[in-house]
Amino acid sequence: MAQYLLIESRDPFESNDVGYYYDLAKGLVEGGNQVTLFLVQNGVLPARPSARSAALNALARNGVTVLADDFSLQERGIAKLAEGVAAAPIEVVVEHLAAGHKTLWH
Amino acid sequence: MSRKTLTIALMDPPYESENLTTAFRILEVAARRGYHINVFAYEGAAGLAFVRQTQHPNPVHGKDVAEENHPTTKDQVAALLAAAEQSGGKVDWVNCGMCVDERGVNEFVPGTRRGSPADFHAFAEASDNVLVIPTK
Repeated sequence: MAQYLLIESRDPFESNDVGYYYDLAKGLVEGGNQVTLFLVQNGVLPARPSARSAALNALARNGVTVLADDFSLQERGIAKLAEGVAAAPIEVVVEHLAAGHKTLWH
Repeated sequence: MSRKTLTIALMDPPYESENLTTAFRILEVAARRGYHINVFAYEGAAGLAFVRQTQHPNPVHGKDVAEENHPTTKDQVAALLAAAEQSGGKVDWVNCGMCVDERGVNEFVPGTRRGSPADFHAFAEASDNVLVIPTK
């Protein structure tokens, strides 16, 4: 079992590629891996309860740890988070890197 | 505790992308932890450490240079090097040689150097982990 950190910086309202990245997270978990999806920059926009939040909730229910960068949330005035999403500091990224987890940026 | 070595590849040019804000936040955390950090500044990112960047006023807001205090990426690079040194770590910041030549930005912040993609390969081989932050 491998451990993955997938960093999503894009806004799903702007880029349909985001959905494919969520699919990657889901597929990796289904393959028996541990996956953290770290939302950053405009990638945090679906963390606000909205039409696009259901996909994040579904990932969380499937076993993906879904985190949203606290700085990006604060910049965008997002205080209330969608179900299944937790705020986290950027230190999380460094901890995953230092632990040798496979880390991808989108 | 062993000292970690991380490599980060950057590709975005200065003053255009939020990617760099996030990248410098990640780098700053690693520097504070005393990690050894390798940065390969490729394509537009080769301008990050260009030493002739200068601050500017903001006449629209009626601010002079000092009041505007506009951050430059060369100062962010220098601050990163200083933070790493203070924590007992080090930064090997490589500016892609062909990229700086193309852009005319081949005067670097002291402590950074000219290199090539071969350096990135060597970094990857010698690191505990690698993060590539591509352009959008």
